[in-house]
Order: sequence, then structure tokens, then C-alpha cells
Amino acid sequence: MAEAVRGFAIIAGAWMRAAMTYRTSFVLGTVVQFVITFMDFAAIIIMFGHIEAFGGFSISEIALLYAISGFGLGAADLLVGNAEALGRRIRDGSFDQMLVRPVPALVQVAADHFALRRLGRIAQSSAVLAWAMSAAPIDWTVARVVVLVAAMASGSVIFSAIFVMGGAFQVFAGDAAEVANAFTYGGNTLTQYPLTIYPTELVKGVTFIVPLAFVNWYPGLYILGIDDPFGLPDWLRFASPVAALVFVAAAAAIWRTAVRRYRSTGS
Amino acid sequence: MSAIIEVDGLRRTFSVRRRRSRFRRERHEVRAVDGISFELGAGEAVGYIGPNGAGKSTTVKMLTGILVPSGGRLRVAGLDPSARRTELARHIGVVFGQRTGLWWDLPLRDSYELLGRIYRVPRPTYDANLERLVDLLDLGPLLEQPVRQLSLGQRMRGDIAAALLHDPTILYLDEPTIGLDVMSKAKLRQFLRELNTESGTTILLTTHDLVDIEQVCRRVMVIDHGRLVFDGGFEQLHREGGARRTVVVDLAAPTEPLSVPGATVSRIDGPRQWLSLPAGASSAPVVAALGARDDLIDLSIQEPAIEDVITALYTR
Repeated sequence: MAEAVRGFAIIAGAWMRAAMTYRTSFVLGTVVQFVITFMDFAAIIIMFGHIEAFGGFSISEIALLYAISGFGLGAADLLVGNAEALGRRIRDGSFDQMLVRPVPALVQVAADHFALRRLGRIAQSSAVLAWAMSAAPIDWTVARVVVLVAAMASGSVIFSAIFVMGGAFQVFAGDAAEVANAFTYGGNTLTQYPLTIYPTELVKGVTFIVPLAFVNWYPGLYILGIDDPFGLPDWLRFASPVAALVFVAAAAAIWRTAVRRYRSTGS
Repeated sequence: MSAIIEVDGLRRTFSVRRRRSRFRRERHEVRAVDGISFELGAGEAVGYIGPNGAGKSTTVKMLTGILVPSGGRLRVAGLDPSARRTELARHIGVVFGQRTGLWWDLPLRDSYELLGRIYRVPRPTYDANLERLVDLLDLGPLLEQPVRQLSLGQRMRGDIAAALLHDPTILYLDEPTIGLDVMSKAKLRQFLRELNTESGTTILLTTHDLVDIEQVCRRVMVIDHGRLVFDGGFEQLHREGGARRTVVVDLAAPTEPLSVPGATVSRIDGPRQWLSLPAGASSAPVVAALGARDDLIDLSIQEPAIEDVITALYTR
């Protein structure tokens, strides 16, 4: 594990230094990322210009859900978002090169072309979170702060696991980055809104199959002090770290299988 | 000499889906490597040749741990490559001729710096190795250039230096001279020869070019359809295979068939004659004898193609 962190730091560091030689490009890239993700939230603000509540939630409550999910996706994208380019790496042979170096292949895949401009989404989510924390009707207790922090960490882990699974899937199915995108960016869009607007089947799916509901929905219900509209058990509100651990273990197993089943390309 | 690579009954199959009709697909097994066995001693330089699709690259990918074998036993530097891939990585250097192990967008120097840290090469060793490799491979003027701006020959030299920064005991080269010009090829072969004799690095070289083997390796293994069909010395390969070199001679005017000891005329077309001699023998006496003629205008030597050598092995 220490070896993996060290490897990541070395490779990511080299790319950060390389990016800093083009400082203007880096600053512009980060600002553009921030603006693009902000436009995303602007759409929700405009929507609330016409309605009071959406799915039974006010704008500040939705902002809390939005921010936790956005932070998780942003952190996952910064750390392992590069896994979605694995199909290309397999085709151009650079994945073969990674397999003959003394650092775990996943670490190299994740750290290669590490781009700090991806901090843009994290910055935007943090800004929305700061506003939601003060504006939403929350009775702040130590327990609620702990659940919030745990949700942000668990959300990052869950989205990271999806990125890794998406990468592993490309070992079997060639270039299929879009499949993973459906669950990462798609999952983020889905969890930006309260799950009350979706059919029950979908809510069960994102609870028991792809644990997206644990990113922000269940911990969000606890922080906001709302009873589960679907009548699911209350302990789910504290289960995000467990869901994240189970899911990341599954992702690790799938990744290892993918590397063992890897066929490389011709020549 | 102790064995550094042990291969026993190594196999690798790929299942391939073939389309039979619009909806029906058929799976069938392709045996890329079909039970090969050999040992390499520490410090050997071995050429590994065979036609396209014979299983050369598949073997190398199993030896480096990239591919998991379907069967057989495999040890490199005492390790099972695919199970202990990252550990094995410190002992081996790998150069894929068609690809680069460098970072396309980073200057050459940064790529090396990064590799040095990934392999945990101690600073003094790194500095010494880099200086030596930059000197031997003539990389000085290229260090500040991004890899994408390098020519094929420059990049190949850059890649070889990258594979040697951590002092590997084994160097695998997959088609290192493909696409290089004559001068670059000659320099590269000389470098590999010196690396093998002076540093004692074990070299396994796959190639299409028999000259690579002749100038770098003392031992040749020939693979065809996933099986080893020859394992021995280079001269023995030519003796057993009976492959022949051709000397093409251009004379001032058409004459009767030339009479040169050790060679026979195989074809005549006006003032041009083709002389054939065993590939295992030296061509120098033949060239010298021809050079003594005053009606000689031009002369060139054609090496036997790898496919011919292999065909000859089968028909011996």
C-alpha cells in the first residue's frame, strides 16, 4: 500500500511539474472546469426560480445532496479518473509497458497524465457545500458532522470503484469507456436530485446493486433529519462506509481478474 | 553458467471467436505457444526468430509477466513472472520496437528522471548510468526534447537507455532494429554486443533480421507455429538449414559464367550475375576474388530471408 502511494506520488508529481511549465494553460484549465461545473448547478438554481420544492426537497437541501455527490465524483476523477482511458492504453501498447514496471499497474494507469485542473469540480462542490451547510435547516451535531465527512469519503471511494470497474471492463470489451461513464458521470447526475423523483425499482437498484444511494442519499437523509420516503430501514443511513468497502473490494477483485485475463495486442 | 531463464513445456492458447454467419459465432482455440522448453544461462545473448505470428512476442510477454501462461513451468531470475510481476520488473529491461516505454509528452530527461525514481535507482548509480548511456547511445542533444519529436532511430536509442537505467540482469528486445536505417542498425548492434560482453547482461532478442542475430548473438532459437524448431549456434543454423547468401555482381559487359571458388553462379541476366554461397561461410574470399577483376562495376550481398532459412530447416 505504501509502495502504491509512493508510486502514485512520483508519477503524479512528474506530470504536475510538466503541467506547471505551461502555467497559463493550467490556470485556464482549472477555471474552465470550475465554470463548467458551476453552470451545472446554475441549472438547478434556475429551476427553483419556478418551483418551491422538487421531490419534496428545498433548494438548500438539494444543494447538500448535490455537493456531496459532486465532491465524491471530483475526488474519484482526480485520483483514478484516468482508468477510463485504459482501452486506448491497451490499443497503443502503453499498458504492456506499465505491466513491466515495479509499480502496480492500476497506480500507473491512475497517475499517468495526472491533471490538477480536475480540482475544478472539487472546488465547485466545496463552494456549494459551504452554502448548503449554512442555508439548509440542519440541526448540527457531532454525529451529523461525522456522517457528512464519512459520506464524502465513502462517495469518493464508491465513484473510484466504478472508475476502476469501468477500466477493468475495457480489458474484456475493448474500448467501452462510455459504459463506465454511464455510472460515473451518469450516477453523479442521478444523485444530484432527491431519489424521491425516481421509481422505487431504481432506488432499490442504487441501494443494493450499484451503491450510488450511499454516496449522498442515505447520509443526506440523516443530516437533514428526514424520514426515509421509501420506508427502508434507518440503519442504511450509517452504512455508507460499509457499502463503500464492499464495493471497492469487488472492484479490486474484478481488476485483478482483468489483469490475469489480459491478452495484450498483436506483436 | 547458471540458468537465469527456465522454460519447460510453456503453452499459451487464445480463444478466438469467428463469425460463421450473421448470428452464429464459433469459438476456437489458437495455440500461440505450444509447449516450448529451453534454458538461458546468465550472460548469454540469444536470438529468437520466427515468421510473423509464430509466437515470439507471446513468449516474451509471458517471460516478462504481461501474459499469464496457459500451461507449463516458467522461472525468470527464480521468480514466476506473472505472479510476481512487479518484483521481477527490477531484474528485467524490456524494449518493444514498435512502441515506446517513454512518456510521449515529457522531455527525454524527465522520462529518465521518472523511471529512475520508479525503479528506486540510488542517485549516484542513476547519474553514472545516465551519463554512460547518454554517451554510448549519443543522446546528449536529445535530452531536452519531448519524446514525440524524436525520430524512430532516436526514440529507439532513447528506449534502450530507458530499459537499462536500473541495471537489469536481463534485457528483452522485441524487433529493436525494425524501421531503422543501416547506420543506426550497425550502431545499435555494436552497443548490444558490448553490453553483453562487458556488462554481462543476458540478452533475448526477437527479430526478423538475421544480421541482428549474426552480430549480437551466439545462439539462435527458431520458433514456428508455437514450437521450437531449432536451438543452437548461428553457424549450425546455416549449416543445417542450408540457407544461401547471394552476391549480385554487375560487370562492364556480359561474359561467360564467373568462376569463383566457394560460390556457384545461379542466374545470369546480361552483364549481371547472381552467385550463391552457403550462408554459414564467410563472403570475404568471394568478394575479394571478384574485386580483383577489372570489369567489376558493382557488387551487393543479399542475406537469406528468415522465411527461407525456416523453409530450409523443414526440408533438410
